[in-house]
Amino acid sequence: MDEIDRKIINHLQGGSPVCESPYQVVATELGLTEAVLIERLKGLLEAGILSRFGPMYHAEQMGGELTLAAVKAPQDRFKQVAEMINALPEVAHNYARNHELNMWFVIATNKSERLSEVIQSIEEKTALPVYNMPKIKEYFVDLKLEA
Amino acid sequence: MIDFIDRQLIEVLQDGLANVSRPYALIGQQLNLSEDEVIVRLSQLKQIGLIKRLGVIVNHRKLGYRANAMVVFDVPDTLVKKIAGHVSQFSFVNICYLRPSRGEQWPYNLYCMIHGKNREKVLQQLEHLTASCGLSSVKHEVLFSRKCFKQRGAIYKADSESGKVLSNG
Repeated sequence: MDEIDRKIINHLQGGSPVCESPYQVVATELGLTEAVLIERLKGLLEAGILSRFGPMYHAEQMGGELTLAAVKAPQDRFKQVAEMINALPEVAHNYARNHELNMWFVIATNKSERLSEVIQSIEEKTALPVYNMPKIKEYFVDLKLEA
Repeated sequence: MIDFIDRQLIEVLQDGLANVSRPYALIGQQLNLSEDEVIVRLSQLKQIGLIKRLGVIVNHRKLGYRANAMVVFDVPDTLVKKIAGHVSQFSFVNICYLRPSRGEQWPYNLYCMIHGKNREKVLQQLEHLTASCGLSSVKHEVLFSRKCFKQRGAIYKADSESGKVLSNG
């Protein structure tokens, strides 16, 4: 990754225009040619430095439900619990964290009633209580990370 | 509100924009729409906020952001708004949410995410934050992520019958 890659990543975390030739517009803003920008983006995507170049959807506006939940997974079956939880398609992220509540995951469902079913299913499969912490208020979000 | 064509667009677009000169023309070809119509519809979806933005999503670990801290505070309800406003001013805070506390087991209600390159730096930033916001004596904990088991966005499917955009696998 060089300075040009960094410049592209930092710029495009802020979004791109919806127009006929979005790459051309962005390339001009960055002082690059369209061909170079496209080549660089392909490389960054292939290397996995970028996971996607696409839309960020507003989950709630899509009619779905999103929550953050956690369990206290016993060490002796930590991996098994992770596999059980990750097997559910509604589980979007799952992170191990250093706390007694040691497994934190995001559940995204298409309908609000489905959320409680997913939580119940996790509780049944893992025999662990799920701590459900849905967002009450969003004060601030800015996920831009400087490359 | 959005119609079936919008929902098809949402589904087609979710995996990302093609790396070609005219990506929206390509989407139009897939859905039998003109490039213009794709652009107009997507612009509307952006305007109503259903598409927050069209840009890159980075793999933060690959960019060197390996210290991912979820900092949780037990803040009195009456002070939440003020404190959240203050906390959100710090450039290293990526997210600030209010969530329900869960009794003595989990008394925390204010969540902040700090993505940093190493733990020492993040802990320094946190110390600065708590001192500046008068939070040093407020009960809080730092949960660093140890391992990422799974990371992907929600999956959306256009479903003509329910009229909804489905987000399941």
